[in-house]
Amino acid sequence: MQSTIQVAETPEGIAGQGFFATTLDAVVGLARKNSIWPLPFATSCCGIEFMSTMSSHYDLARFGSERLSFTPRQADLLMVMGTIAKKMAPVLRQVYEQMAEPKWVIAVGACASSGGIFDTYSVLQGIDRVIPVDVYVPGCPPRPEQIIEGVMRIQDLIGKESVRRRNSDEYKQLMESYFIK
Amino acid sequence: MKTNQEFIAGLEAFEKPEIPYTTLNLGPTHPATHGIFQNVLQLDGERIVTGEQTVGYIHRAFEKIAERRPFYQITPLTDRLNYCSAPINNMGWHLTVEKLLGIAVPKRVDYMRVMVMELARVADHIICNSILGVDTGALTGFTYVYQWREFIYEIYEEICGARLTTNMGRVGGFERDFNPIVFEKTRKFLKEFPPVWREFESLLTRNRIFMDRTIDTGAITTERALNYGFTGPNLRACGLDYDLRAVEPYCSYEDFQFDVPVGTTGDTYDRFLVRNEEIWQSLRIIEQAMLKIESMDPIYHADADHYYLPPKQEVYRNMEALIYHFKIIMGEIEAPVGEVYHAVEGANGELGYYLISDGGRSPYRLHFRRPCFIYYQAYPEMVRGQLLSDAIVVMSSLNVIAGELDA
Amino acid sequence: MTTEQIEQLLLNTTGQSHQLSLDGYGVMNLQLKVNQLFGVLLQLYKDPELEFHFLTDLCGIHYPDRKDEELCVVYHVHSMKLRTRLRLKVYVPIEKPEVPSVTGIYGSANWMERETYDFFGIQFVGHPNLRRILNMDEMEAFPLRKEFPLEDPMREDKADFHFGR
Repeated sequence: MQSTIQVAETPEGIAGQGFFATTLDAVVGLARKNSIWPLPFATSCCGIEFMSTMSSHYDLARFGSERLSFTPRQADLLMVMGTIAKKMAPVLRQVYEQMAEPKWVIAVGACASSGGIFDTYSVLQGIDRVIPVDVYVPGCPPRPEQIIEGVMRIQDLIGKESVRRRNSDEYKQLMESYFIK
Repeated sequence: MKTNQEFIAGLEAFEKPEIPYTTLNLGPTHPATHGIFQNVLQLDGERIVTGEQTVGYIHRAFEKIAERRPFYQITPLTDRLNYCSAPINNMGWHLTVEKLLGIAVPKRVDYMRVMVMELARVADHIICNSILGVDTGALTGFTYVYQWREFIYEIYEEICGARLTTNMGRVGGFERDFNPIVFEKTRKFLKEFPPVWREFESLLTRNRIFMDRTIDTGAITTERALNYGFTGPNLRACGLDYDLRAVEPYCSYEDFQFDVPVGTTGDTYDRFLVRNEEIWQSLRIIEQAMLKIESMDPIYHADADHYYLPPKQEVYRNMEALIYHFKIIMGEIEAPVGEVYHAVEGANGELGYYLISDGGRSPYRLHFRRPCFIYYQAYPEMVRGQLLSDAIVVMSSLNVIAGELDA
Repeated sequence: MTTEQIEQLLLNTTGQSHQLSLDGYGVMNLQLKVNQLFGVLLQLYKDPELEFHFLTDLCGIHYPDRKDEELCVVYHVHSMKLRTRLRLKVYVPIEKPEVPSVTGIYGSANWMERETYDFFGIQFVGHPNLRRILNMDEMEAFPLRKEFPLEDPMREDKADFHFGR
């Protein structure tokens, strides 16, 4: 019987009897993007929409994120969901620095992307003031479908990333611009 | 004035050196705290001696923003207070402004508001009780009943277009009438949700492990609870049947038949049971409200031209409607000078709005009486002498929502 | 309970005459001097007929135009026995904003007074732990005073011109 479930797309390569040759980047990217372990840094309303995304109706676990890691040491993807106040910014920075490479950051919601509707003295106007961000998901709060779209964009980024990116000069300059050692 | 670090250092100075207390930092990013607030616990082995709380990690200065916004633009701010039950906050705000402006809304609008508020209460208690299950290790309940919160979101979408932060209603009523799909979906909800909730209750209410973890943990007496300003299900679990909907009825709650469930000891198990029973009472109220709404003429707003935006079709055709529209948006309304305090029974307790108006289009001062902020002070007293795992369970049963804590 | 009854009761117990007023929304208001505050609140709490056992709310207001009365602290107390609410107000000058703390009577006043201190700078004399609660500890100004700006003036990405300010 023909199955309609697509497991994963095979990367481009040369196949023969008993072997398959492709680039290391493609294989590593394929493995990484389908097994992201997120750290849900849920602070406010977007956190409730994340709970919707994780539960059975929208089910983020289909994308490989079955195990949520609440400790940064074992997480790949930092999902910042909700308003980050200036009081919280050092905590966020510390959590980001505790994550091991390779790590990605997704800013979910308007407050994490740019401060949202709270243009006040106490709210950080976007988390990219303190940490580098890979994908921004707009919305207040974004629907679970939008959060899943954000995760799929992260998957695209991960799939196409070079294995050597974390050692490249461009990445080092990015880290220096944020004063991260 | 002392800073946080100095205060904690002062706490440590009081330790007796022969009893080495362990200091454990719980938060601000912790899976068990629902929202970001910090507890620094002093432990003697596994028994908790004292706790020191730090809140304000999500302080968004609502009260300052409200001084800049016109009345109808403050509704989205109130959404984000207790975001699990946003319609209750919205309706409470509209009731406050209507009290200030002296607008009397028709009965049908009251009943529509009651229906929406009770749906929100059900949604909030679904989250609170299922997450209490998750914190004791029972994930099944959460994944099963959360599906029904999605269904309530669908009902909200039919009414106002949004899922979570609803911005529902206007000063004077609603922006549009409930369409037939709302009633169809609510009827389906009322038919299919009770067996689901009964099943959820059967998973946890007589479950030996759950009962052992929650009975006699975090108990508080009625006198201490009143002194700490408890309201809502946390106070009713102690034994006092104080429910604003019954004691000071607002929004035509006196026309509805419902009971107020009360606990006995004020521990975690009682809070769980009180919230369960409140869901049943809310379902009763929703059913009564729906029958009333469907049997009345389709009026969905008060006759208050000066404050309620006219329908767009009339704005393009009718001169008066155009003028009223312009005046309301530009803020040329005649708001009286005065101050008013109005409270609604939120899912966590008495949610109050203290509004001082100086005649302009924005409030002069708006203060939110947030129940979470007030009763969370009692947390160290509730967990003293208990084990570390009890601390998590007590915090979860108090239903502390960070948006309401910090505002 | 009418305003006259409460006024008479307060006159009998504290020996001072107070003027309660009923505002347009049916709530009794009472304005007090700072030194009368603790006595009156304690009396309202202890009296067996009134039993104002519940402190609903405590907040501050800043009136920059009233000379010598710029800061106001508002107390909403509630008697569940009589089902009445009462609003008390105390005015203090901004140079010396000292108000006695009521944490001895109501435990819920603890954090509410800290919040009022955090926002307005009102010093509550006798508070066990008066320090900032919602804002950062290092903050020096008091944000809800009228002269403090809402937006952070050091932010870089939002030009006031585009936001109509």
